Amino acid sequence: MIIRERVIKYGDNVNTDVIIPARYLNTTDDRELASHCFEDLDKDFKEKVKERKIIVAGNNFGCGSSREHAPLSIKASGVKAIIASSFARIFFRNAINIGLPVIASIEASNFIQDGNELEIDLNKGEITDVTRNKIFNINPLPEFIQGIIRSGGYVKFTKENIRK
Amino acid sequence: MSDKNKPQTIAQKILAYHCGRDYVSEGEIVNADVDIVLGNDITLPIAIEEFDKIGTGRVFDKEKVVVVPDHFAPNKDIKSAQQCKFIREFARKQDIKNYFEVGKMGIEHALLPELGLVLPGNLVVGADSHTCTYGALGAASTGVGSTDVAVAMATGKLWFMVPKTIKFIYSGSLKKLITGKDLILYTIGLIGVDGALYKSMEFSGPAVSKLSMDSRFTMSNMAIEAGGKFGIFEVDGITEEFLKSRSNGDYKIFKSDPDAEYEKIYNIDCSSIELQVAAPHLPSNARNARDLSNVTIDQVVIGSCTNGRMEDLRIAAEILNGRKVDENIRTIIIPATQNIYLEALKKGYIEIFINSGCVVSTPTCGPCLGGHMGVLAEGERAVSTTNRNFVGRMGHPKSEVYLSGPAVAAASAVAGRIATPEEVM
Repeated sequence: MIIRERVIKYGDNVNTDVIIPARYLNTTDDRELASHCFEDLDKDFKEKVKERKIIVAGNNFGCGSSREHAPLSIKASGVKAIIASSFARIFFRNAINIGLPVIASIEASNFIQDGNELEIDLNKGEITDVTRNKIFNINPLPEFIQGIIRSGGYVKFTKENIRK
Repeated sequence: MSDKNKPQTIAQKILAYHCGRDYVSEGEIVNADVDIVLGNDITLPIAIEEFDKIGTGRVFDKEKVVVVPDHFAPNKDIKSAQQCKFIREFARKQDIKNYFEVGKMGIEHALLPELGLVLPGNLVVGADSHTCTYGALGAASTGVGSTDVAVAMATGKLWFMVPKTIKFIYSGSLKKLITGKDLILYTIGLIGVDGALYKSMEFSGPAVSKLSMDSRFTMSNMAIEAGGKFGIFEVDGITEEFLKSRSNGDYKIFKSDPDAEYEKIYNIDCSSIELQVAAPHLPSNARNARDLSNVTIDQVVIGSCTNGRMEDLRIAAEILNGRKVDENIRTIIIPATQNIYLEALKKGYIEIFINSGCVVSTPTCGPCLGGHMGVLAEGERAVSTTNRNFVGRMGHPKSEVYLSGPAVAAASAVAGRIATPEEVM
């Protein structure tokens, strides 16, 4: 899978309370969740995401709550992938489980700037910063997790494996 | 050395046991049987939708799925009422034994241990990040998302990466009024909000071996605020005493081998730790409370899965007894379960709280996550015994939360600003 999009860049410790504030957790409708995504961190996110669909951030992205509403709201906003120096573990699981690509790379996250154009080749394991002409290799995920991604999420993966 | 004889941490041993093996190595991914799967009114609705897609029809074990409407319950608005109704109907349809309706409901992470639903050696997952609380009972317990809970409800299994462990050895005697909250805020201040990312935190040492269960629950509860997967205490006499009236003793105790490998070991001298406050907007912004005495506040919250237990209410009552909260402060006290509420009533704490000008609420997560029962307006500031102080956590994105234990919270309510008990007693 190849994703070619421009970047919205954020800093360290982007937490689930700013990704989707708890006051909006009284629904499971992902489009409604998306309409409030990042509103306490960046009130222009809704505009930016129309043109830029990769988020790049620093350490510990998605820290805080276990709310799956966080990656759901990001995915429903149209974001195609998140690159961060590191991810909080529950957010990382949740993103994998719902089929939102998440890539941990300190080098890429440090180098890539707001607005840059990226090409992410998940099969080759490469991130290319097209704007600044630099390639980063992605550490491959464990085989089991790749299986979940290949199935298109943990529910589909589970269904396939129950049938076996 | 055969695998069987390799030294292991508690986390490794519990995960190995739950996939029928003698040994699992750190970094390995295992598919393990879970003992308890927990969901609440915020996270379970999505889990139920995903569960229905899997198509097993029934949960793997109706005794092992626990459903607690606690976040926006008693229903705070129509949408929350719909979500609570949705999970109630699911619990009925699935004949879930451990569904707790308003009236029996308490904040999940106080309720499950109180009822003896989690035991040492258990592997527990819950769609709530503070599920790590049960590590205080020597369980491997962690927060997961709704899809994970859907799969665990359908199959009784979940994938886990076996974590590395960081050991914390607490020594020295605690100063007066220091509780688990001060130790864990100090610890998170030391290592940072990602200082234990993906790791199991093992809390040990002579200072914590004397800690009450309530204080241990508080410490394990906040393991997630350092990024931790588990926050585990070894079972000892205090744990066994707590469990005596709550179980028939049918549980398995796992201990780390003396030569188990740790990624890191922190030695923490508790004798110099003072009452702690974490300033906005990260739980790692730990300071000595006395250094923040110029911070004025609008609200105090004493409650939550972190600090809504008897020890917390007792400390607050001792400070508030015979005193009035400052006339400009709204002080909201939330016993975490019905039993805690009733015991506080019998001990006279509730009367003390009301006489001092506090409001006492039925159990709910409510204000901790800016849900209801004490949401902050723009520019307002709270001292709260809860667990997070991120931007907008308790309400308006321009409000602020200072995290503390019950002693500082109660003293601050009286002083109208951040204060230590000695300033008001």
